[in-house]
Amino acid sequence: MASAAPLKRRRPLPLTWLGLAPFALFTFLFLIWPTLYIVIGAFQDRSGAFTLQNIADLNTGTIPSSYWISIKISATSAALGCLIGFGMAAAVTFGAVPRWIKAPLMTFSGVASNFAGVPLAFAFLATFGPIGLVTVFLRNNFGIVLQRDIGFSILSFWGLTITYLFFQIPLMILIITPALEGLKREWREAAAVLGASTAQYWRMVALPILFPSILGTFALLFANSFGAVATAIALTGSSLNIVPIQLFAQIRGDVLGNPNLGYAMAFGMIVVTAIANVLYIWLRIRAERWLK
Amino acid sequence: MSLYARITGWIVLLFGLLYFALPLLGLAEFSLKARRGVYSLDAYSKIIGDAEFQQTFLYSITMALVTIAFGIVLVVPTAFWVRLKMPWARPYVEFLTLLPLVIPAIVVVFGYIRLYNTSSWLPLTGSILGTNLLLAFGYTMLALPYMYRAVDTGLRTIDVATLTEAAQSLGAGWTTILSRVILPNVIPAVLSGAFLTFAIVIGEFTLAALLDRPAFGPYLQRIGANKPYEPFALSVMAFAITWACMGLIQLANRFAKHTKAAAR
Repeated sequence: MASAAPLKRRRPLPLTWLGLAPFALFTFLFLIWPTLYIVIGAFQDRSGAFTLQNIADLNTGTIPSSYWISIKISATSAALGCLIGFGMAAAVTFGAVPRWIKAPLMTFSGVASNFAGVPLAFAFLATFGPIGLVTVFLRNNFGIVLQRDIGFSILSFWGLTITYLFFQIPLMILIITPALEGLKREWREAAAVLGASTAQYWRMVALPILFPSILGTFALLFANSFGAVATAIALTGSSLNIVPIQLFAQIRGDVLGNPNLGYAMAFGMIVVTAIANVLYIWLRIRAERWLK
Repeated sequence: MSLYARITGWIVLLFGLLYFALPLLGLAEFSLKARRGVYSLDAYSKIIGDAEFQQTFLYSITMALVTIAFGIVLVVPTAFWVRLKMPWARPYVEFLTLLPLVIPAIVVVFGYIRLYNTSSWLPLTGSILGTNLLLAFGYTMLALPYMYRAVDTGLRTIDVATLTEAAQSLGAGWTTILSRVILPNVIPAVLSGAFLTFAIVIGEFTLAALLDRPAFGPYLQRIGANKPYEPFALSVMAFAITWACMGLIQLANRFAKHTKAAAR
């Protein structure tokens, strides 16, 4: 970098880009190339020749069901996260509850949206696990045994979904609050002047404007939970067959018995999260048309 | 605001707050139950005295500090250079820094293991030092979106071009400009990026576990299977560290506003 600028003055050869060389080298070596290596590996057989067999083999064994469970958990936790997060954000933005609640809620959301991982799994085990706070409370005071009476176990589909909500709801609150603040008072007043009820205003004005934001955030939340590894492993061990857990086992010990099939599985993960993220970015651009 | 809307708002908010409060309460309560019948700090004192805990915790703290140092050295000059000389490259650099949020970390580390194994051109996983280095690079990659955005926001508030020219006319070289002019001016932004990096690295699981390094995250997961109360006490501590980091970020941001106000 030190030599870039003086050289530029002496020669016409542009060397300004050298200042970006360390960054470019780093991202290439530790982000782009490792990812490309996996992607290319997904389309190679053991001898290195091009093949689509690995992608086709994704449809064998337990792999389709693990993708399906992963997609179901991600979609459910994203949908519930959007719904509850939207409700909470709306409550603090439109003044249904005192104004001072908003700032602490936003700060908390900033923390909680970053708090995935092993400790989160233990927090939910301590609360909804077999001898957790809520489980014991319900059993002693109401005679309800979660597992027996409601069929709820923290180690199951719903257990993982509820745990994921701990970082999904805050992320929704963080992203949707600015969008809710962007709804102009004039629109509501104009609708009221034209004789619209509150329900009509929401159905015909506010929700259509917010729709791209909500759908975009849904896509982001989906990707967010699809790639979550640590929480799932600490919570369920290997009892729930989802993609990140299966991939984790594959990296550790080639449980599929075919390295290239492992690459294909990782490639599938990239495809799913990439689609969700592209959807998010596209919908965000659309949302900004109205909300500035 | 109608009464109906108010009631709905309160119900939704209280339901949400209950959902967030219960797991934290459950975790704290459970971590205190190590002694039968009474609340005690037994689980905490036992785990803090555990040698493996001390080692893994120290390892993760060291890793976090190395990652922060490396992140600053990588991100500050890059963001500075982009602002000063190559504004056209900004969207591309920003895109690259956001990629770690798109590509799952488990996929990238899968690539590391295959790309930098003992029989490759750069056998990083062949030695302990190499693996530690690879892990630090991986953490830098994970923290890149947060670090870059923080530093770039910090640079936006200062006049990079004028400061650089002034320093150059006083005879400063690039190293001096970066370390003694630019860096002190964006310290609050760097600090908030650093604290977030710290919070991410200290409990990180996936990279450390797959690269088989003795870090705090994998240790916590492992003892979860064979110790009754200690993992919960450790989780409370991990929560506290995350909260402390976020509190320090708020403090750093307030400090930034304060110095700007004073400068005016």
